[in-house]
Amino acid sequence: MTAMVQTKKLHDPAASQAVVSLKGISKTFSNGTVALNNMSLDIRQGEFVSLLGPSGCGKSTALRIVTGLTGPSTGRVEWPQETADGSEHELSFVFQEPTLMPWATVFANVWLPLRLKGISKGAAHDRVMEALEMVGLAQFAKSYPRELSGGMKMRVSIARALVTKPKLLLMDEPFAALDEITRFKLNNDLLHLWETFGWTVVFVTHSVFESVYLSNRIVVMAARPGRVVNDMPIDAPYPRDESFRTSTVYSGFCREVSQALHGAMGAGDHM
Amino acid sequence: MTVALTGKADPAGETAAAPLDAEELKRVRAARIESVGRWVIPIVIVVVSVWLWDRICTWNEIPHYILPKPALVFQTLLADWPILSVALLNTLKITFGALFVATAGGLGLAVLFTQSKWIEISFFPFAVILQVTPIIAIAPLILIYVDSLSASLLICAWIVAFFPILSNTVLGLNSADHNLRNLFQLYGASRWQTLRYLRLPAAMPYFLAGLKIAGGLSLIGAIVAEFVAGSAGSGSGLANQILESSYRLNMPRMFAALLMISVTGILIFLTMNLLAHLILRKWHESALKREV
Repeated sequence: MTAMVQTKKLHDPAASQAVVSLKGISKTFSNGTVALNNMSLDIRQGEFVSLLGPSGCGKSTALRIVTGLTGPSTGRVEWPQETADGSEHELSFVFQEPTLMPWATVFANVWLPLRLKGISKGAAHDRVMEALEMVGLAQFAKSYPRELSGGMKMRVSIARALVTKPKLLLMDEPFAALDEITRFKLNNDLLHLWETFGWTVVFVTHSVFESVYLSNRIVVMAARPGRVVNDMPIDAPYPRDESFRTSTVYSGFCREVSQALHGAMGAGDHM
Repeated sequence: MTVALTGKADPAGETAAAPLDAEELKRVRAARIESVGRWVIPIVIVVVSVWLWDRICTWNEIPHYILPKPALVFQTLLADWPILSVALLNTLKITFGALFVATAGGLGLAVLFTQSKWIEISFFPFAVILQVTPIIAIAPLILIYVDSLSASLLICAWIVAFFPILSNTVLGLNSADHNLRNLFQLYGASRWQTLRYLRLPAAMPYFLAGLKIAGGLSLIGAIVAEFVAGSAGSGSGLANQILESSYRLNMPRMFAALLMISVTGILIFLTMNLLAHLILRKWHESALKREV
């Protein structure tokens, strides 16, 4: 039911308010590389946005600027829905690597964001187990990361991101290091969770196929200097599953996005 | 591999299912020989060496005031136990006192260094100077300036032992995964939380490696300091026993004291290894058993 409501809302994203707005963001690194040039982007409530582009197009930098880990050289990041105190945004981040603490159990790893907010183990227990339940790893709570496969570690990483119930989930090529079978499985799981809970997701990827499968909006970026070249809606209905992956609608979108990507790269880009 | 293992554990049941062929039997035998040999061979080597020592003394008719036979060393160890045990206790007091202070000091300084770049820049040269100056050269000064003998011995042993802990722990504290640090920053972790939940656990393997070195060094430091102090009396340790015995040409007691120092060193080493294993066995590569 929740999924249906959410899906309906998604079809009209323009009506939703922006969760975060990038306004004229530029970023120049100390070695002179222009990572981003005048990037403006509104991420609206409930959207699944993919930032798609070749390496060096600044998509990860854009994500880090949203988190506040990196400051922009010029421009502003605005959070229209939040009150003026602005100390902490309700966001979570999933890295390309699982980034788990090897000395801590799966439970303790997922507990971390809550623990840092001063929530005791007992008080956090139900929420941690709920998050592990969501990614299907509840029975591995007492395991150590080294005992898990790559895909399972990534799930733990996602559970850790979900445990704070963030409004905005930022994912930096989270499945790039996984094999294709695991990646497809996690794509489906991620979509299912998103449809159920209705967060806003910003997903960085260099895979056209992954971005079309997951998102309802793709922001195509180009390198040197990093910039947005196209902003394309993917209005195929959710829920999407394996039959969508093999449909003509899907391949049509993939072709369209590929062309946009290559069109952007063609102009004097030497990869 | 599975066949070999289950074959060993339950030969009857296994042969019923799939009889072991010659190749598999050979593998089982090789695995068993290796697991037994791992313990037996070092023991045999030690026993043979001691026997050879005894034989060489007999064959060459070496007098006991030049090289005592192992049996005589052992007898002396028992006969002089009242004297030697007191000396051992004194040496152990200095060794463990120094190790404790070195651990606390090394760890504390390392944390301090990584909290502030300026503290590190200011004090690291002192740590290096203390480390590179031979203890035997500073010891006489310390013995002059510090009134209490055991305090000066402790200071000498501490100087030798603390540096490996300091430098290893600083390295470990700075080795925490960068993405994890970003994550902590993202969740608004305080400096103390980052230290407690991220940097200290990440530094643990490095700290324990430093502790292993420091354990041996604090014994060496204690012995060297005793040699330099060279005082007899109530506070004297094993090094003093060696010095005193050498003046009297009491070779068996020298050997007995030497033996006690070696055994103490070995026990410290084994304890540190065990400690590191117990702490790291759950997660760190160095302590994990790998399937081959």
